[in-house]
Amino acid sequence: MALEDFKIILSLIKQNPVSLTGLVIVAGFIVVGVLAPYILPYPEDAWGEVYHLEKRFLPPSLEHPFGTDDMGRDVFSRVLLGARFSLIIAVGVVGLALLIGVPMGLIAGYLGGRVGTILMRITDMFLAFPPLLLAIALAATLGRGLVNTIIALAISWWPWYARLVYVQVNSIKSLPYVDAAKIIGLSPLAIMFKHVLPNALTPVTVQAALDMGSAILEAAGLSFLGVGVKPPTPEWGLLVTEGWSSINVAWWISLFPGLAILVTVLGFNLLADALREASDPRLRRILLISGRV
Amino acid sequence: MSQSREGWVIKVPLLEVHNLVKYFPLRKGLLGRIVGYVKAVDGVSFSISENETFSLVGESGSGKTTIARCVLGLLKPTSGRIVFMGKDIFKLSKEEIRWYRRNVQAVFQNPFLSLNPRMKVEDIVAEPLKVHYKDMSKEEIRRRVYDLLEKVGLTADLAKRSPYDLSGGQAQRVAIARAVILKPKLIVLDEPTSALDVSVQAQILNLLVDLKNELKLSYLMISHDLSVVRYISDWVAVMYLGKIVELAPAEELFEKPLHPYTQALLSSVPEPDPRAMRAKKRIVLRGEPPSAVNPPAGCRLHPRCPYASEECKKEEPKLVEYERGHWVACHLYTHK
Repeated sequence: MALEDFKIILSLIKQNPVSLTGLVIVAGFIVVGVLAPYILPYPEDAWGEVYHLEKRFLPPSLEHPFGTDDMGRDVFSRVLLGARFSLIIAVGVVGLALLIGVPMGLIAGYLGGRVGTILMRITDMFLAFPPLLLAIALAATLGRGLVNTIIALAISWWPWYARLVYVQVNSIKSLPYVDAAKIIGLSPLAIMFKHVLPNALTPVTVQAALDMGSAILEAAGLSFLGVGVKPPTPEWGLLVTEGWSSINVAWWISLFPGLAILVTVLGFNLLADALREASDPRLRRILLISGRV
Repeated sequence: MSQSREGWVIKVPLLEVHNLVKYFPLRKGLLGRIVGYVKAVDGVSFSISENETFSLVGESGSGKTTIARCVLGLLKPTSGRIVFMGKDIFKLSKEEIRWYRRNVQAVFQNPFLSLNPRMKVEDIVAEPLKVHYKDMSKEEIRRRVYDLLEKVGLTADLAKRSPYDLSGGQAQRVAIARAVILKPKLIVLDEPTSALDVSVQAQILNLLVDLKNELKLSYLMISHDLSVVRYISDWVAVMYLGKIVELAPAEELFEKPLHPYTQALLSSVPEPDPRAMRAKKRIVLRGEPPSAVNPPAGCRLHPRCPYASEECKKEEPKLVEYERGHWVACHLYTHK
């Protein structure tokens, strides 16, 4: 997206307090995710390398805002560092899925015919499985770990982007501006990337923003089920699981990572809504005419 | 051929269409079995000379847009040849295809659909130059684009806008600028004014006429708007169900239409003067145009034609030169 688009999106978001909340949450999440290792109150606790058996199950206090867990580690530090892993997962899963799905949908949609049919049937094979089930199966096969979690989720995810792009490309390729590009003498590859893809990406951008939240949620789900990230990595889903067994005595161990997941996913959803609104060229025109941008 | 002050002169044809046929298969069922054909264009021939406007008129479904798409190389005809400056356009080498693309451009009906909404006006107009003149400097491209924008009546401040920020007339000017920037010989105009407000239509038509005279362009114009066609054309071909039924110099066709279908078309054009409108003889065709899947045998117009005879039901009339330069396909004129 061009700089101008960003300006428009920003001005739209500024006008809407709900969108603004989404932006603030996502921005905060990214800042924490990037800076986490440098702002931890208890770095050793966060990485899970130490035990403080004398500090087990301390309720939230000034010293430990989110309390301590069953090994006496500071939950606040662990949740902060968890943001980093969730950020890596969100960007990794969506990025990898886009990298496979977008070219697949673009080529299948633009070329059509037999090539298109074959590519889309392959896509359909993946779509036939419920995505979370497929991800669980893949994660269990690949073994636990951050990279394997990302791969498992991306594999169950890319077909949705392929479908989305395919449908878009199919309708765009018969528009007169694509004919005009052919008449100018542009090569099929140039037409695909310059004229078709940029116009097909709007719903993909929105979907990708939404999916960042879902990827965090599903990765947490995988960890919770025991096929995701390996302990003692402070991944949010894993943190929820760790507190699960002692929820009766120490509710804070599961609650705070759970809240972190909730708030972050909500933030991405709100932001995706704002993106959807802002990326409509007709709406842009209205904004320009009414002088609101 | 074209009429000039010295009388009839033979001009070298720029574009020749020989016996063009385009059938679209109708598929049905899971296996895509072909159950029939839409005979969109069924044996059409004509030629366009340099600096001439040739118009194809007819109802929707008469095949005029299919012809335009074949000429633009967007569709491959079922049979027949399209020859541009002596070369068959479907037998061109890679280098010749680039040459053809430089020389044949198009302007479409709806400028908001024919301009990429994610590009700026200046980039849209510059794109053909960037494709065909890779060595051209950025400054040179910029200079040409801005000169041309001015020539087509757009101010420089619009250059950085997106097409969606423009009015319909402005956007169509951008499309026209993109079509002429390579200095082509032929431009296909597919209903270039029918999506625009009436007040803007005249401006766009005048721009097209000016550009034609200045750049020695030829136009292949597709339209159903007869007043537009009359204003801009040198030659007019009337199409009905995939065939040309009448072909003549524009003035001649409008003054003395021969084919019953042409007469019906012309009599449906409203006159500005109500008295003239009342005095006008209306020729009304019966019913709707039949489907191009199974066109009627004999003359395709016979089920709707007020003059239809037994002969019309059986034998298809050939396109013959009834008077000098005036061709018609109708049995009323085959037996002089």
